[in-house]
Amino acid sequence: MFSIPIFQNVYITSSRFLVRYTRSLFSDNHYRVGIVGSGPAGFYTAQRLLKLNSNVRVDIIERLPTPFGLVRYGVAPDHPEVKNVITNFTNLLKDTRCRFYGNISVGTDISLSQLFTYYSAIVLAYGADSDRKLEIPGENAKGFLSARRFVGWYNGLPEDVSLDVDLSSQTAVIIGQGNVAIDVARILLTPTEQLEKTDICNHALLALRESKIQRVVLVGRRGPLQVAFTIKELRELLKLKQITTLLTKEDHDFLEPIISTLPRGRKRLIELLYKTSRQSLHTETSNKCLEISYLRSPTIINTNTEGKINSITFEVNKLQDHNSINTKAIGTGVYETIECGIAFRSIGYKSIPILESVPFDNIKHVIPNERGKVTHLDGTLYKGLYCSGWIKRGPVGVIASTMNDAYETAERVHEDLTADTLQSFNTDFKLSDLIPEGHRMVNYTDWSSLDTEEVSRGGESKPREKITSIQEMIRIMNNK
Amino acid sequence: MNPELGLDNYSQKGAKTVNITFIDRDGDTFKVAAKVGDTLLDVAKENDIDVEGACGGTLACSTCHLIFEKVDFDKIPETATDEELDLLEMAYGLTDTSRLVCQIDVTDEMEGIVLKIPTETRDARNL
Repeated sequence: MFSIPIFQNVYITSSRFLVRYTRSLFSDNHYRVGIVGSGPAGFYTAQRLLKLNSNVRVDIIERLPTPFGLVRYGVAPDHPEVKNVITNFTNLLKDTRCRFYGNISVGTDISLSQLFTYYSAIVLAYGADSDRKLEIPGENAKGFLSARRFVGWYNGLPEDVSLDVDLSSQTAVIIGQGNVAIDVARILLTPTEQLEKTDICNHALLALRESKIQRVVLVGRRGPLQVAFTIKELRELLKLKQITTLLTKEDHDFLEPIISTLPRGRKRLIELLYKTSRQSLHTETSNKCLEISYLRSPTIINTNTEGKINSITFEVNKLQDHNSINTKAIGTGVYETIECGIAFRSIGYKSIPILESVPFDNIKHVIPNERGKVTHLDGTLYKGLYCSGWIKRGPVGVIASTMNDAYETAERVHEDLTADTLQSFNTDFKLSDLIPEGHRMVNYTDWSSLDTEEVSRGGESKPREKITSIQEMIRIMNNK
Repeated sequence: MNPELGLDNYSQKGAKTVNITFIDRDGDTFKVAAKVGDTLLDVAKENDIDVEGACGGTLACSTCHLIFEKVDFDKIPETATDEELDLLEMAYGLTDTSRLVCQIDVTDEMEGIVLKIPTETRDARNL
């Protein structure tokens, strides 16, 4: 093959006379970048890289047969607008320079060192597959669940759909006050007639229809000034007519004089909490309620004789400095108990190391990196290896934060490609050639057929009915 | 590039336009003709400017955050709603003249305005 370099786009800028010169797509020499993980971090890294460097081809490698990570399995079913980003991601998969390889576990089906033989660079973007634990007695009790797994349960994440969710009691307790805690509370309390119109999984909908839960308590170890949820989620909650959010007036009294001194990001949130706590709520008796409770640290998950949760003991806390956003909770030695039949731990996701040869910071639970380029624990750079998203900076932030973070990583990869420090290739390559025969890899066409089947199963009322078994997914793909 | 954008809808004859300049992440400037009445996000998408707009303009994310010059910021007829401000708080590189451009329609008064895509502050850039 021979190649003729062509000018694809040339333009002059006012800031610097930059002539962007792009080589033909069909050039012999190209760089291959393998991205591990197909959530927002993976796709945004791919998007930026493909834009920056026309000589790059990207393969997105995913453990599950389905793409989009937490957009599919994390975003709440009643937030369909957030999932619109799938349109942008799908457009990338239609680009001939970007391929999807699903149902491949890096580390199991293929090793990192094998990948390095065929790729110029590898970007790890596999997110946070675990969650933080309380490390208190009774944490393994029946009915005490990880909020992360409950989210997976209602969203149809194959490994979580068999979670034992018993909604036969009146009170549910959620430990933690972040956006995941609010999502869980909202799903537990929203009338199922509304959830029916979403892509919530049918098994979850059936269980929620039978739910007896009337009251959800969101418990935080610190005060209102330190809550982790964002104002968007709080405002949404307050607008829901069928759910009454209960805030104790006394808990918020101290806020009034300090609101004006708070930084922009906190100020409006605290103002909204404060204002809400002033309102005398005329609760419709039929309404289900969400209570926000502060200054309580769980100490024991109590169980009945069958090992099932029946209450949680909390130690009452005070704050070192209750006017400060970054302050510590100190136990007072006073304890109280909340009775409940189900409870959730929602104190944060956690990334875990999946590849032995990759450095991992066991304190921050991230891969050590410099602007997305992986570093060894001694600070030296790891050639050709990058990270992006939650595995890079920790499991916090919204899609916009992941986007910017992924762009930074892509720019870092592009720098190294431009500096010609990474291997280039001039032959075609298919990742499938490395996968043992008999292992069912999933490509974009396979995913499209599964997607079509899910949308059709959704019928008239739901946007889709997700298929939750990997076996069934494969069967559908094979039959198309 | 994206057939769903329906380019033909935007080239109707006689539509009034104003000149708007976008400065992208790499510092490159793009002067485009923006049709009065379109949202600024539509204008960016239409001209293939790197404004993400992940939620498709439904006010559910903050990826269409752009920064205005102070003088231009004051020309926007509608101030931000609570819902927009809520999302702006999660935006990257927030400034006092930041807006989500899916919420802003192009008006006659916007002739000559300059919009900047927020970038990271870095000590050194190697391009």
